[in-house]
Amino acid sequence: MHETSASHAAHQHTAPTSFIRKHVFSLDHKVIGKQYYGLALLAVFIGMGLSWLMRLHLGWPAWPIPLLDKLSAVGAPSGVMTPEYYLSLMTMHGTIMVFFVLTNAPFAAFGNYFLPIQIGAEDMAFPRFNMMSFWTTFMAFLVMMAAFFVTDGPPISGWTAYAPLSAVGGDAGPGLKVGQTLWAISIAIFCIGSLLGALNFIATTLDLRTKGMSLARMPYCSWAWFVTSVIALLAFAVLLPACILLILDRTAGTSFFIPAGLVLSDKLQPHSGGSPLLWQHLFWFFGHPEVYIAILPSIGIVCHILPVFARKPLLGPRATVGCMIAIGFLSYMVWGHHMFVSGMNPFSATLFSVPTLFITVPATILTLLLLGSVYGAKMRFTSASLFCLGFISVFISGGISGFFLAQPSIDIYLHATYFVVAHFHFVMAVASLFGVFAGTYFWFPKMTGRMMNEALGKLHFWLTFIGVYAIFMPMHYLGLAGNVRRYSAFVDDYLIPLIPVHKFITIAALLTGAAQFIFLFNLIWSRFKGPIASENPWEATSLEWSTATPPPFDNFGGKHMVVYNGPNEYGVESRDGKDFIMQTSPEKAPAS
Amino acid sequence: MGKLFAVAVIVITLISVSFFVMHTWWMPVDISTTGPAIDHQLEETMTGSGLLFLAGQLVLGLFVWQASNKNPARKIKMFPGGASPLVAAAIILVGIEILTLTFVGTKAWGAVNLAPAAADSLHIDVQAEQFAFYFRYAGPDGQFGGLHPDKIDDGSGNYFGLDPANDVAARDDVVVGSLVIPVNRPILLSLHSKDVGHSFYVPELRIQQDFVPGIEIPVHFTATQTGKFEIVCTQLCGLGHYNMKAYLQVMSEPDYEQWLKSQEGQ
Amino acid sequence: MRMKFFAALGFTVAMGSALMVFATPPPAGSGSITGKVTYTGTPMKMKPIDMSKEPSCAKQHATPITTENVATGQGNTLEWVVVYISAGDEGTTTPSQGVRYDQKGCQYLPHVLTMLAGQQLQIYNDDQTSHNIHPLAKVNQEWNKSQPPGSPPIDTKWDKPEFIAVKCNIHPWMHGYFAVLKTSHVSVTGEDGTFDIKGLAPGKYTVTAWQEQYGTKTQDVTVGAGAATANFVFTATPY
Repeated sequence: MHETSASHAAHQHTAPTSFIRKHVFSLDHKVIGKQYYGLALLAVFIGMGLSWLMRLHLGWPAWPIPLLDKLSAVGAPSGVMTPEYYLSLMTMHGTIMVFFVLTNAPFAAFGNYFLPIQIGAEDMAFPRFNMMSFWTTFMAFLVMMAAFFVTDGPPISGWTAYAPLSAVGGDAGPGLKVGQTLWAISIAIFCIGSLLGALNFIATTLDLRTKGMSLARMPYCSWAWFVTSVIALLAFAVLLPACILLILDRTAGTSFFIPAGLVLSDKLQPHSGGSPLLWQHLFWFFGHPEVYIAILPSIGIVCHILPVFARKPLLGPRATVGCMIAIGFLSYMVWGHHMFVSGMNPFSATLFSVPTLFITVPATILTLLLLGSVYGAKMRFTSASLFCLGFISVFISGGISGFFLAQPSIDIYLHATYFVVAHFHFVMAVASLFGVFAGTYFWFPKMTGRMMNEALGKLHFWLTFIGVYAIFMPMHYLGLAGNVRRYSAFVDDYLIPLIPVHKFITIAALLTGAAQFIFLFNLIWSRFKGPIASENPWEATSLEWSTATPPPFDNFGGKHMVVYNGPNEYGVESRDGKDFIMQTSPEKAPAS
Repeated sequence: MGKLFAVAVIVITLISVSFFVMHTWWMPVDISTTGPAIDHQLEETMTGSGLLFLAGQLVLGLFVWQASNKNPARKIKMFPGGASPLVAAAIILVGIEILTLTFVGTKAWGAVNLAPAAADSLHIDVQAEQFAFYFRYAGPDGQFGGLHPDKIDDGSGNYFGLDPANDVAARDDVVVGSLVIPVNRPILLSLHSKDVGHSFYVPELRIQQDFVPGIEIPVHFTATQTGKFEIVCTQLCGLGHYNMKAYLQVMSEPDYEQWLKSQEGQ
Repeated sequence: MRMKFFAALGFTVAMGSALMVFATPPPAGSGSITGKVTYTGTPMKMKPIDMSKEPSCAKQHATPITTENVATGQGNTLEWVVVYISAGDEGTTTPSQGVRYDQKGCQYLPHVLTMLAGQQLQIYNDDQTSHNIHPLAKVNQEWNKSQPPGSPPIDTKWDKPEFIAVKCNIHPWMHGYFAVLKTSHVSVTGEDGTFDIKGLAPGKYTVTAWQEQYGTKTQDVTVGAGAATANFVFTATPY
């Protein structure tokens, strides 16, 4: 059954010869995966640049930033940014990072490249859909970038785009005319691309597994991509209509999110009957699962990579997969914890708080299992394994602060402060990116045929690891002192004494950001000058290491792979004297 | 490399924890009757999760230190007992922690958000707009005038949309830009917004509540100390969000009465 | 100290340029229309403005400023009424020098600024805080820009005649007006309610008085060699 469908996929297309079909409009999941990675790379450096500008402004608000007035004469006359331009940068930073980096890199990029290979398929189930989903996402990115260049300025309502600020149009201030509409259109397009991708991942996982690749033998990152695509299918299916309603409110005069009697810019708005809370419910029904869309693939990547370098099996593989599924399931019951002080019925706060706190159970189990997997290991310290260990550390740090924010009573005080900023940056952004870094150092040889430079990789790790703590740990202190987020300047009496902390964070952010150029250099340099990689340089078990480096067009050179073992056979004594058994090796792994 | 990692993790952890323990940056003094329960809840959580944080990072450091032993004769070791005890421990320990936090925390939440306002509360109406707060007192007649969005006019200071020409109750309403309240007296605020979402946040009161356009949201509290505090907006409301604030002045009862009289005269 | 100096300088320049506009040499004629604008009835009370949220502005005002939408003087006079020739005036050319509008102490100075359509307008932020200038134009193109402290003046102009309400989105109490006209024969009443439109050639004119709260009143006036008189009376209501 599996074999037939796999060969069916193989016959859907043959290796293209023209440049365009090979590298641009390619149907090959490996090319599409690299395209997603390239897009995420471009996006992450843009997003990081925006955060640099924001941090500079927060640390030294009166300093003109060189050349910023060339970028936007209206947004930064003489180089000092206006309050609305700060909010534009903040909105674009959040949107670009959440959608085009954290969703694209660990999920769409690596998932596309490695999911079919890891399950022994020759391509995705729907290669044409796959190509469409990338180019749709790319179009969404272009539309989002276009928002930088409209005369009224980029949107200012944050990546959450709360209505009615996002819905009423230009009367609410600059940045809320065309820029905000482009934002909504871009996100709607992005949803379509993600829905296509999620369907494809699900169909591929369920239908194209090769002979012997039972669900129980699937590598953990394939499991994570599968669970994530189920989450994504349900989440983006809600955000898409929400964006359409927002676009209608903005352009067609409807009132889904706008109540009666609003007065903006001295004008009574011609709307009635809408509900601002409706937007929040729809957005967070997507938004909270989105957090897991960002982090689950990275959890999977770390669970996949850590045993390779620990030279011992992952502790509790079944529990690991169970926890991923539990997190995915619970992620749909907790969106209201973003809305404790939103004015929704206060009784529902308790209702949302309990499942939120319960998510800490599978999250704690995952952490303990990762720690238990490090215990007694013969660790090989490479850039990839360091980022895995760093992942565990930042995942703990970010997870712990969730205990505070999950409780409505404490959230009264900490809501919308820098404590929240610290929390989600640690647990969602940094943890997820550490997974991406680990994945990059780990898979780069397979993707390009060359090894990355380990010395630069380790330097990158140390600067980044210490850097993110220097940036985000102090934000907890700021939050405890009541420092409100999303402020373009700190003019309140009680916030002025906190400005030195902001200066420290700014310096840390500039240095940590600069360290990322080491990574970029390493990527580019190793792509052309790195030492040639062997078929299985890390001595790993999964299927991507059973094929040529880089893999041929149909992944396995016409062979149909047969799988005999799970991915977890490390720390064993194989017949050929190695300490691992490949998934494709007919040798039966000894019962542990 | 592994030993370096272990040391780095432990140093980072100890530095991070020390600032929490020393309260270098901490919540401001609490001035409300419902605040102590919230502070207590936060401190309990800080202790519990602080210990978890410390334990998690230190164990990570320790394990990585051990795992970096390069002795070629060393064999890998499995975690004693395997995964099941860890899973069970996580479910039981975290489960207990969750249930406790929920049980205790619901009381603190309930005192702020579920309990009704005292019947003798001083009722003050709050209008949020881009980018200021305005406060309305009922005036000598004890009656608030009705609100008419079409009458709102910032230029003439009619921030609430009162209609004194046709509405007698509105004529003596006192509208000011600062929230002035008597100490130790229950206060009931009605929050409504003229334009977009805003939020009412007074760190010292341990009160934060969004304004939602289209609905009126009650907030009640009792201040226990006199003084001047800041009310700031915490819900992104547009370009002037950072500058949206007002002062809260808590006065003794006689001072408050005197202040109110002086306002009613204007 | 330095800021005070610049603020004082700014204020002087502002008043100077405002005077310059009113004193723009008319094309011809030595006739003029003078008069007084008053009200009958009870005007609404001007409300004191609480600027405590912006301390750098609040400390510039010893006593709180009030709203200015119905500014009155002794003897039932009305301030900030724009009196201008609405018909009968031919051939006004746009002067080369611009007009200046200041934001100082979180207040617009002057409260009502007159200018010709097409005339350059420079908007200064003399305060230590960011301002946001939002002219709520309906005939002209509406815009909305922020001006952080220390940034260069906003240089702009209005193409079509219109009374444009101006508000600051950061400080909601800041309200003023641009009176964009197609004539330079205009005068704005002072606290004593008087106006003086100079430099008119003899002939028949329609004079319009515009008050932001009460709207417009017009009358026809015949100007000879000397001063003609026209008085306007608005009906005030307490609410």
